[in-house]
Amino acid sequence: MERHRILKESQIMKIHYITGIAAIFVVAVHILMRLIVPFGSSLEYDYIISNYKNIFYVFILESILVLISIHGFNGIRIILLELRQNKLWENMITIMTISATIALIAYGTRTIILANGL
Amino acid sequence: MNNSNKNNNNEKKIVLKIFRENTAQKTDSHYDTFNVPYKKWTTVLDALLHVKSYMDPSVAIRYSCRMASCGSCGMKINGIPRLACYTKISELETSTIECGPLPNLPVIRDLVTDFSRFFNHHKNIQPYIQSKDGVDDPDTEKKTFSFYQSPEDVDKYLQFSYCIKCGLCYSACPTVGTDLKFPGPQALSQLYRYFADTRDAAKNRLDIVDDRHGIWRCHFAGSCSKVCPKGIDPALGIQLLRSYMLGISKNEKKLAKKIEIQTDEENI
Amino acid sequence: MKELEHDSRNNLEGLKGWLNPSRYGWERISYWFQRITGVFLLIYFIGHVYETSTIVNGQNAWESFLELTQTVWGHLFLIMVIGASTFHSANGIRLVFTHVGIGLGTPSRPDYPYSPSSLNYRQKSGIWIALILSAAAMYYGFTVLFGE
Repeated sequence: MERHRILKESQIMKIHYITGIAAIFVVAVHILMRLIVPFGSSLEYDYIISNYKNIFYVFILESILVLISIHGFNGIRIILLELRQNKLWENMITIMTISATIALIAYGTRTIILANGL
Repeated sequence: MNNSNKNNNNEKKIVLKIFRENTAQKTDSHYDTFNVPYKKWTTVLDALLHVKSYMDPSVAIRYSCRMASCGSCGMKINGIPRLACYTKISELETSTIECGPLPNLPVIRDLVTDFSRFFNHHKNIQPYIQSKDGVDDPDTEKKTFSFYQSPEDVDKYLQFSYCIKCGLCYSACPTVGTDLKFPGPQALSQLYRYFADTRDAAKNRLDIVDDRHGIWRCHFAGSCSKVCPKGIDPALGIQLLRSYMLGISKNEKKLAKKIEIQTDEENI
Repeated sequence: MKELEHDSRNNLEGLKGWLNPSRYGWERISYWFQRITGVFLLIYFIGHVYETSTIVNGQNAWESFLELTQTVWGHLFLIMVIGASTFHSANGIRLVFTHVGIGLGTPSRPDYPYSPSSLNYRQKSGIWIALILSAAAMYYGFTVLFGE
């Protein structure tokens, strides 16, 4: 068994459980924001921009981005790791899922920052 | 059985399809079909042995005790891993029975599969009690001792000790279907059997399976417990083990007390 | 393990083994749904983060994005997302409890008919509740999206 890991698998799984549970709460807030006004009007440009200017909601959105990216890409990592068991595949999957997580968080954060500044 | 065939002597017959393949001779796999007589109590193993005795002696099957004690006759019967000796034809409620090799284990010939990988996973979890030897134990000057285990201590691991290593749980597991490095439900529940045993003082047991292909690849699909013929419930053992690994278990493991055994010859 | 290096993938059920979850009961079905909804939601999430970034390109860009999603097919897709996320969350909560050993019963001396205590009605009820909540959420989503 290989031992040179940054995180033990048990630590990764604890992160997976915690991000999953925490994401439920923040996603619920995100959905509620679409339901406290009529749904159609909740998607209007001005309303969305006002959401982005609310610092509390910005925090919620950033949390969703981080929590769901980590939880989702770790999930896909687990599924793909189970499909093949050779070193090249495992290393490739690990690198790609970490990169995808960082890339998605970065892209989403860019949207939040730019929308907040508009 | 509404769809059974009857001959002139009112003997019921069932259609038995047996998987045939010889990996050593690289023959193509196919199913051979046989019409086998059966009674209310006839098991699938009885039917297979009837085929071997009177129809086609070349059918390869593994069996031994015929009473769900040895675990040799595990095979896929109508899509689900079962023990052939423990499955009555009448309880299957079908007009055709399809017998195939246990899934997720390499086929040697016909219904016989290679258990090496399965046994290796079991060996890797160190399936034996590791305790301090009384001779080296500084706590006692006596050379012999016995462990004190209450009935409650025994109940914590007893059900998992009934494993007959039939391989049905390993075959049913969805993770084993794709992941060769995953130990499988049998090895993981046996690891829990030794971990929960108060006589065992091994410190590194949990580290053996704290791996990206270890216990964390169990997702509680429960198929292992569904097919286990001995009621071991490997899924329970695995989740209880996981709770220890997450540091959330409600049971704190206490090691068994050692009781001196009087070996003084004057007392004999 | 040396055997694994040369190990045969002969007779592995593989992905085809996933195709018929009903042969092993509700717990296997819920495992199957959890995986499918997880992958589906990840794909949706990536698309959602990308599409909602059109807001930074101004009102026209945002409104042309809305023209794509505020359609009948867009609404139906969103209802699938609502159902998937509700099931994945509710079943996920059940799994968190089971993974820490809660709700599975305790080890005991097995006796015929050897019913496993971990596959009890608490677990089956949890799965059914997740499916029912998912259906209810989809229905509510339908009334909101198509109600206007």
